[in-house]
Amino acid sequence: MGAVVGTLTMQTKQRRPSRDKVDDDLEMTVVCHRPEGLEQLEAQTNFNKRELQVLYRGFKNECPSGVVNEETFKQIYSQFFPHGDASAYAHYLFNAFDSGHSGSIKFEDFVTALSILLRGSTREKLQWTFNLYDINRDGYINKEEMTDIVSAIYDMMGKYTYPALKTDTPKQHVEAFFQKMDKNRDGVVTLDEFILSCQEDDNIMRSLQLFENVM
Amino acid sequence: MATGVAAWLPFARAAAIGWMPVANCPMPVAPRDHSKKKDELIILNVSGRRFQTWRTTLDRYPDTLLGSMEKEFFYNEETKEYFFDRDPDAFRSVLNFYRTGKLHYPRYECISAYDEELAFFGIIPEIIGDCCYEEYKDRKRENAERLMDDQEENKDSKLPNMNFRETMWRAFENPHTSTMALVFYYVTGFFIAVSVITNVVETVPCGSTPNQKDMPCGERYTVAFFCMDTACVMIFTVEYLLRLFAAPSRYRFMRSVMSIIDVVAILPYYIGLVMTDNEDVSGAFVTLRVFRVFRIFKFSRHSQGLRILGYTLKSCASELGFLLFSLTMAIIIFATVMFYAEKGSSSSKFTSIPASFWYTIVTMTTLGYGDMVPKTIAGKIFGSICSLSGVLVIALPVPVIVSNFSRIYHQNQRADKRRAQKKARLARIRIAKKGSSNAYLQSKRNGLLSELLDLTGSEEEEHVNKTTSLLESQHHHLLHCLEKTTAHEFVDEQLYEQNCVEGAVPLQSPPSRSSSLSSHDGVTGTCCTRRSRKRIPLPNASLSTTHTHTQGLQELSAIRIQYGDEPSLGSSTRSSLNLKTSERSGSNCQGQHITTAIISLPSPPAFHPDSTVVPPITTTSSSNVVKVSAL
Repeated sequence: MGAVVGTLTMQTKQRRPSRDKVDDDLEMTVVCHRPEGLEQLEAQTNFNKRELQVLYRGFKNECPSGVVNEETFKQIYSQFFPHGDASAYAHYLFNAFDSGHSGSIKFEDFVTALSILLRGSTREKLQWTFNLYDINRDGYINKEEMTDIVSAIYDMMGKYTYPALKTDTPKQHVEAFFQKMDKNRDGVVTLDEFILSCQEDDNIMRSLQLFENVM
Repeated sequence: MATGVAAWLPFARAAAIGWMPVANCPMPVAPRDHSKKKDELIILNVSGRRFQTWRTTLDRYPDTLLGSMEKEFFYNEETKEYFFDRDPDAFRSVLNFYRTGKLHYPRYECISAYDEELAFFGIIPEIIGDCCYEEYKDRKRENAERLMDDQEENKDSKLPNMNFRETMWRAFENPHTSTMALVFYYVTGFFIAVSVITNVVETVPCGSTPNQKDMPCGERYTVAFFCMDTACVMIFTVEYLLRLFAAPSRYRFMRSVMSIIDVVAILPYYIGLVMTDNEDVSGAFVTLRVFRVFRIFKFSRHSQGLRILGYTLKSCASELGFLLFSLTMAIIIFATVMFYAEKGSSSSKFTSIPASFWYTIVTMTTLGYGDMVPKTIAGKIFGSICSLSGVLVIALPVPVIVSNFSRIYHQNQRADKRRAQKKARLARIRIAKKGSSNAYLQSKRNGLLSELLDLTGSEEEEHVNKTTSLLESQHHHLLHCLEKTTAHEFVDEQLYEQNCVEGAVPLQSPPSRSSSLSSHDGVTGTCCTRRSRKRIPLPNASLSTTHTHTQGLQELSAIRIQYGDEPSLGSSTRSSLNLKTSERSGSNCQGQHITTAIISLPSPPAFHPDSTVVPPITTTSSSNVVKVSAL
């Protein structure tokens, strides 16, 4: 009788792994990524070693696996804007950072973009901004894309603003933007028009230098 | 301030460059970083506790953080140490992995914290040694179940714009979401109970008339019972059809256990309607009525305990199978033995082995009806061995089932408790969040004061006001840039409500604005093309004359009104700031000239001379600096 029971228990034990297989499959999908060496990154970007160290530590703290996916990115960015909803703008930012369109940002992408934004030339910064606005990457900014971006920026303000936000405020803002930027009035803004118009505007030029000493 | 992601602040500020081309106003000045922070790094210094180990020890596993070049990111050249800002206790097991080759899971450690540490150091959890792996897996499974519970909670409270079908489905699945669903839930429960009781009472004999023999109630009051049955079946049919309609995947719904039970519960009635009073089939029809008892299973939708029981039985399927199998084996063995033992005795009830099955089952489950009893001595000996082993065989798998049930039941209780506490938790989180946004509004008031003092160059006040950390001031500068980009300000709720009431007035009556400036409202604080829209149909002649007073900007497409204070923040602050800003009206941040002609167009001549206008404006309102500029 005991032997019978013993053989039966052994049989049930063999059936256990099949139940855990599903859990195992899920675990294998955790992605880990390690960036290139410090020297290479130093050569590729405009940061020095210490700055790269500081950036990496911050990056790794939030994303121990070495890549940021869009959800984490949105969460991090939203923490800086507690009033409103930063997820729409964070989405466009994510696409701008994720130059390889892989769905996740690695440390190299992160540092490359920061290098342009903080240490790049004016032309590079404007080009990056153009890429941010050009959602579908066709080389033209049309009114719909700009409206999306401007609405996302206004969303970050939240509900309690002074004066109160009206539903057509973003649209009017976009109209003004196109008035300024679209030189040949063809309804889209090309990279050259954009760069030219921005270079003509002192305020924009000055504000681009605003974050020079961020690091 | 989100200090948890303070290291990402440079990124958030850099990303603000994306707003610059969209903004129409100039951005505020960035706070200066006077001190450069230096971090101290020590070799494998984990939050202050120093660990020392050979480099070759770490190199044993080159695909982890400590074994690869990644640790150079954490190296400090001055102190020649690697510094990690992580938990030293958890780091102990990580380092032991390098030393001994075995990764252990400390029992006191929280499972998610431990997982994070492993992910940080690039170690996959599969390497956990056999000694600790079971515990790790069990804790991980519990955690996953808890997370799934939380996710299900979130699913309940989302989707504000669901269509009718989805709303209905949600109402069916979660009766506590709306009153209608709750009513429906109770009504169906009531009718299930009525139907089951009817089925039971139908068979009770209630013969009150003496001349008739005892008839079951069902045959005496046929009509009444038939009506009740019809009513119940109609309700059940309607319910089933509604569920079928609302189900997101009809095919999957039809295959689910509950829907099969529903169908089986109502089918006998319809079959009975269709069948005639044929003698042959009425026997089969009576059998079908048995299926009506399945209606009692419909209660499982109403009772969570029943569902847990069902889920437990399902999850203990292997234990139950084991129980059944071992019982079957034992029954066959003992039945055979008893049959051959009792074969000799006369008038023995043990006529065949299958006939002995009944005796074996009754004996092993310690029922002992006594309708079949062994008479020979050998039979009695084997009979007693049979009953003893029966107790053992049944007692073995039952505790496993019970412990499973207990675990699942307790988890459910914990989930319910969590749900109840969730509202309070969320409320507290919301208050904390509001705290951080209020911090910005508070510091705006203080910040402007310090900005003014910055410009007037009074050194002592400058230091006094720098009580906010550099990080906070940078974060507030970022929010300030956003305000400038969108040309709207952040305010708190009460002021928003106030302004909503008064908000529409200024836009409709520009001419009266000069008089209403003291009661401010819409003029101050906007820097926006919206106002320019109203201005464009203006007579250009009056405006162009003012251009000579401006800084030579040719195009008129916007009015820029710079606020010297925050009138929206309350009248008390306004009055104090009034005094200060009147001093600085001549020299504000951007050094723009003041042109006030635009404010009241019907009477431009009164406003042409800049100098005469400036003092009235600054005293009546709060130092509004109006500027005409090109976009």
